[in-house]
This record gives sequence, C-alpha cells and structure tokens, in this order.
Amino acid sequence: MDMMGFDAMLPVIFMGLMGVSMLVYVVSDGYDLGVGMLMHRASDAEKDVLVASIGPFWDANETWLVLGVGILLIAFPKAHGVVLGELYLPVALMLIGLTLRGVAFDFRVKAKDTHKQTWDRLFFAGSTLAAVAQGWMLGRYVSGFGVGWNYPLFAAAIAVALPMAYVLMGAAWLIMKTEGALQERAVQWARTAWTPMVGGLVLISMATPWVSATVRERWFALPELIALSAIPLMCGVSLLAVRGLLGTRGVRGPLCWLPFVLLVIVFVLGFLGLAYSIYPYVVLDQLTIWQAASSPQALKVILIGTCISVPAIAGYTVFSYWVFRGKTGELKYA
Amino acid sequence: MDALLLARLQFAANISFHILFPTISIGMGWLLLFFRLRWLKTRGGADRVAAQGWLDAYRFWTKVFALTFALGVVSGITMSFQFGTNWPGFMEKVGNIAGPLLGYEVLTAFFLEAGFLGVMLFGHGRVSEKVHLIATFCVAFGTTLSAFWILALNSWMQTPVGHEIVDGIYHVKSWAEVIFNPSFPYRFAHMLLASGLTCAFLLAGLSAWQLLRGVAQRSAPRVLRVGLTLAALLIPVQIFVGDLHGLNTLQHQPAKIAAMEGVWDTERGAPLLLFAIPDQETRSNRFALEVPKLASLILTHELDGEIKGLNEFRDRHPPPLPLFFAFRAMVGVGLLMLATSWLGAWLYRRAAWRAERLPRALLWVLAGMTFSGWVATLAGWYVTEIGRQPFIVYGLIRTADVVSAVPSGMIGATLALYVTLYLALIVAYVSVLKYMAEKPEEILHVDAVERAATPVGAATSPVLPAGSASWT
Repeated sequence: MDMMGFDAMLPVIFMGLMGVSMLVYVVSDGYDLGVGMLMHRASDAEKDVLVASIGPFWDANETWLVLGVGILLIAFPKAHGVVLGELYLPVALMLIGLTLRGVAFDFRVKAKDTHKQTWDRLFFAGSTLAAVAQGWMLGRYVSGFGVGWNYPLFAAAIAVALPMAYVLMGAAWLIMKTEGALQERAVQWARTAWTPMVGGLVLISMATPWVSATVRERWFALPELIALSAIPLMCGVSLLAVRGLLGTRGVRGPLCWLPFVLLVIVFVLGFLGLAYSIYPYVVLDQLTIWQAASSPQALKVILIGTCISVPAIAGYTVFSYWVFRGKTGELKYA
Repeated sequence: MDALLLARLQFAANISFHILFPTISIGMGWLLLFFRLRWLKTRGGADRVAAQGWLDAYRFWTKVFALTFALGVVSGITMSFQFGTNWPGFMEKVGNIAGPLLGYEVLTAFFLEAGFLGVMLFGHGRVSEKVHLIATFCVAFGTTLSAFWILALNSWMQTPVGHEIVDGIYHVKSWAEVIFNPSFPYRFAHMLLASGLTCAFLLAGLSAWQLLRGVAQRSAPRVLRVGLTLAALLIPVQIFVGDLHGLNTLQHQPAKIAAMEGVWDTERGAPLLLFAIPDQETRSNRFALEVPKLASLILTHELDGEIKGLNEFRDRHPPPLPLFFAFRAMVGVGLLMLATSWLGAWLYRRAAWRAERLPRALLWVLAGMTFSGWVATLAGWYVTEIGRQPFIVYGLIRTADVVSAVPSGMIGATLALYVTLYLALIVAYVSVLKYMAEKPEEILHVDAVERAATPVGAATSPVLPAGSASWT
C-alpha cells in the first residue's frame, strides 16, 4: 500500500475525525449523563438546578454521537455493518436510554406536577441505561468482539466503570456550575465516585492487554513502553490531583473548574491510549481502516464539507458555552 | 415473520415516529421567528395587549418547539444507527452517494440547530435581542437545511441519476444531478408545505382549544388568526404542488401511480376509483366505485390519456392495497383542510377577527384537526416509500438484497420495545401539549425553572417586562 499517497491518507484522516467526535461525545455527554445519574440523590429543588445546569448543552452534546456514528457509516461502511451487527442489542438499549433521558428532560418541566416525579425517575433510568450500554459496547469493541468466558466479563467490568467515570464527570461539572450547599454535596458525590472509577480504570488497563494479544504486543515492547508510560503516569497524577483537590477550600472557590478540566485530560489520555492500541484497525484484528473505507472520491467530498463546517461548529459550540458560562443560579421566580 | 419484513417494520416504526416531530419543528422555527418579530414591532406601541399577546405566543410555542425538537433529536439518533443495523448492504453499495449527503446533513444542519437551540431557548438576558434573533434564525434555517439534504437522498433513492456503477458499487458522476434529481424539487416543496400546514393546523387547533376553555385570552385569538390564514394560503399551493409531484411520479415511477390508482391493466380513459379493495391474489379490484375517465384526466390532463397498469410491472410493483388507501387518506385530509381553513378564515374575517364571535362548532372542528397534518404527512410518506418497493433504490437495488443478517427474533424483540416506547411517547406528547394549552399560566413557572440557568446577579430578562406576572 502506498502510504505516501493522499488517497491512502484519507481513511487515516477520517479515523482521526471519528475518534475526535467520539471523544468529544464521551466527554460532553459523559458529564450530562453523569448529572442524570446523580438525579436520585438530589432534593427536588436541587433537581431543577441539576437539569438547568445541562439544559442549554445536552442537545448539541448528543449530536457528536450522530457525527461519530455517521462517520463510521459514511467513511467505513463495512465496519459499520460489522460493529453495529455485533452490538445490535446494546445499541438498541442505549438508544432507548438516550430517548428516555432526552424526552424526560423536556417533559419534566412541562408536565403536571404529579407526573414530574415519574419523568425524573425516567431521566435517571435513561441516563443509567445509556451509560451502562455504552460501557458494555466499549468493552466489546476494544476486545475485538472476542469469544470466550473472559470477554463478556471484561465488557461487564467496563459497563460498571464507564458510568462511574460519567458520574465523576457529572459531579465535577456540578462543582464548577453550582455553589453553596449543592456544591458541597457535589464534592461528596465526586468522592464517592472516585474510588470505583479509579479502580475500574486500573482493572481495565491491566485487563486489556490480557484479553488482546495485539494490544499486549503494542504496549509491552521496548523501547515503546518507556515512551508510552507517560500516558498512565499522567493519568495517575491527574486523578490523584482530583482526589486531593476535593479536600481543599480552593475547589469550593476559584479552583472549582480544575477537577473537571483534569478529568477531561484523563479522558483524552485514555482516548490516546485506546487509539494507539487499535490503530490501524477499525475492528480489532479483523478490518483495517483501508479495508473498510469508502471510495477516495466520496471521502474527499465529505472532507471538504468537514473542513468548512467543523471549525464553524467548534466556533458556535464555544460561543454557546461562553454565553452560559458561570454558575447556574438558584431558582428565581420572575 | 421473516427478517426482511421485521427489519422493514422496525425501520418504518422508527421513521414514522421520527417524521412527526421534524414536520412540526421545520415550520415552527420560522413561526417563532415571526412571533418574535411581531412582538419587537408592537412592544413600543400603544396596544400593549397586542404586544403582550405576541410575546405570550412566542413563549408558549417556544416550549412546544423545545419538546418537539427533543423528540426529533432522540428519534433521529436512532435513525442514524438503524441505517447500518437494518440495511448494511445499502451503505456498502451506495455509501459513496448516501454517505456524503447524510454527512452534510449532520455537519451543516444538525449541528446548526442543536448548537443554537440552547441560546434560542435559554439565552434571554444573556445575549442581545439581535444575537437572539440570529440564533432563532439559525435554528429555523438549520431545520430546513436538514430537510434539504435528507430529501435529496430520499429523492435520489426514488429517481436515481448522476451515478455510475463499477463492480456493483455506486460512484458519483455529477453531484448536481444526484442532489437535484428529477423528483427532488417536487418532494422538497411538497414536504416543506406539509410542514407549514401541519404547523398551521396545530396553531389553530390548540388556540381553538384554549378559546373553548377560556384561557390565554391575549395570545389565542392572534395565533388562531395566524394558523387559519397560513392554512388557507398554503393549502391551494399544496394541492397544486401535489398534482405536479403526481405527474412527475407518473413519468418516473409509473408502477407507483398504478398502485395508487388501483389500475391493473394498461388503459385509456382510466376511471378514478373513489373506493375499492385492490386484491393482489386475483389481480383485480373488489367493490369498485368509480368516476369514468377522471384518473386519466387528472394524471395526463386528457380524457383518453393512457395509464400503465400494474400487470406491466410483474414482480416490480409495490403492493397496491396500502398505497391505494394511504393516498386516499392523504387527499381526503387535504380536501378537509381546504374546506376548514377557507371556511374558518372567512368566518373569522367576517367576525372582524374577534374570536368570541366565532361559532363554537368551528372551534371544535379546528380542535379536532389539531394533528390532521400528521395524518396527511404520514399517509403521504407511506405512499412514496411503500411505493418504491420492492426496491430500496428504485429499479436498481432490491430491499431484500441489502437487509441485515441479524436473527429475526432479535429484530422482533427490539421492534416490540421501540413500538411500546414510541406509543407511550406519542400519548405523553399529545397530553402534555393539551395540558400546556389548558394551563398556560404554568409557563411562568416553567420560565422560572429554565431561567435557573441565569447566573446569580445577572440582568433581569428583557423578555419579561414589568407587569407580565399577570399572564393570561
């Protein structure tokens, strides 16, 4: 294969775009699914603030999933068939979860007060179902849909760990967006979620090379191992810093944004590690990105649109976050 | 049941549920912009009731829009997955054409809507009136652009041109031909008008219900007028465009027309069937009630024009029964819309636009037709989509050849889950709309909840001028 040709680079570019879309999705919908999973721990007044804190963002956050899956469908149609065929049932459950979460969000403020509690429960249930299904899918995908007793166990472990990571993100988001008593509770929620999230991450990092020979060879060869050790090291430092910050006064004041930013760094590092493990496969050990890619002409057409629209999307996403910067206020009746 | 039928039913359930909401949000985005502009124009004037009425209307229908949009987003996400889960062969064969069109939809339209929706819904007091108007425009424009890309792809599947086939894989020769394929302009216009009409009857219907209940006195009469006027203006245009669309279909997909009209054998001077039960077993119509030569006149604009019959397209024509009835349902609702909107607009004008002088019977009819746009739109889509069968890309790729290999038990189980969820959500949507219409004062409470997104100490929202606490 001519690696120097632009046509051969196109699948790499699209793999990168798909990866970035998925990363942005996991980080952004991660915190709002996490907030959803914290709903049942909040008082009725706090629930309104929780929902208000993610209100302006969740629609756009979910759109990154459409883009990620869209690129899989458009740029790697063969892989799309394999991946979604393997994950048929968890995909359906995730979609039902996302549907319940999305509609409950809008229904809860418009329905009769007597129905509000039901929508709140569905909001929690939908967020949890979506997060668990995503964890299971990630576990199956990373291990190349392997068959054997250890593979489902591995996927089940991630199905528990990913929601915990989302809860931690959600708590960190609330630390950033709220103040006073609710912020204090968010700190406690973050403390509670920290241990299982870190435990899960350590377990998965150890288990991934165990379930996949490809990943094992990638990571445990010298001298790569020395360079690569930066990823787990930085992850560890960031996570310890988050834990340490939770006890300080700063996190309740001017440093309220720091745990969230540190967790985003952890997600980015995890993503880089994952990308290194899998590349150049789009389905581990089965399909490379070149085997699965659409024709270069089609990819070029999409690339032009992507180059124009992605900066615009980034622009108005930043604009929206800037408009809604600062603390989510207490309830104020006009 | 076989996997093909289940996969089709699942896709149909999903796409039917999905289209209900974009049909409302495409038109509603522009109507919100209109309400907002009306308020900006009247707010400084002497007629404070009018200004408050437009503001009330904007705020109420923004809530409806938000709910509708959310349902459209979540069901749209499901759609993006089901292309691959149900029809993996489709993307493998025509991915080079469908991929970029879907990709442009997400990149240009979906993000535009979702990105600016937050500012539009919750941005009061955080951005200037001008920026807010731009955000509202971007959302409305995004929904319309979304329809453009999706209908370009759908129309290409109906009337495929501009491609070449190399080793069974489709490649684009001319994007202009692919996008502006022969049926696209008609389908796009037909769908945008359908969206406008659906919104018009939704506005009129809910406002009529509010007037019957004696709530929302400031906004309901104005919104009713907007709804009735819009419906009365759009319906003749829609009938005209629908006729053109039919002629275009006759040219490119004669088998679809034959199924819609229940024509088995090619004939000159074909009658229009008012009622019949097309029977695929005997390949004839039972209980036919017909008007001589009218079908030929409508379709060819000649009394003795020739219409090709289904028997010319053996194994290549859609099942006539669903098409025959879906087409009549669509046309029937359309004619009902014509009668009600013209009568309603005439009566309202004669009553000098004073709602309290309107006959209650008219309000009841309008309230009953609140969701008539949904019926017509769904029926129309069934005609065009079932009418494409047995092909997924008309004349080129059969649906059966691209279906997924997922076991039918799994498709059946998830189908049951989806259908249960969708039915529950439709019931919830309609009852929440009814509840919101009956208790518009609750909107104030809703606003307070949503404005919790406002920072502590931020300027008070310009949306709520002094005295607006006495809403309704």
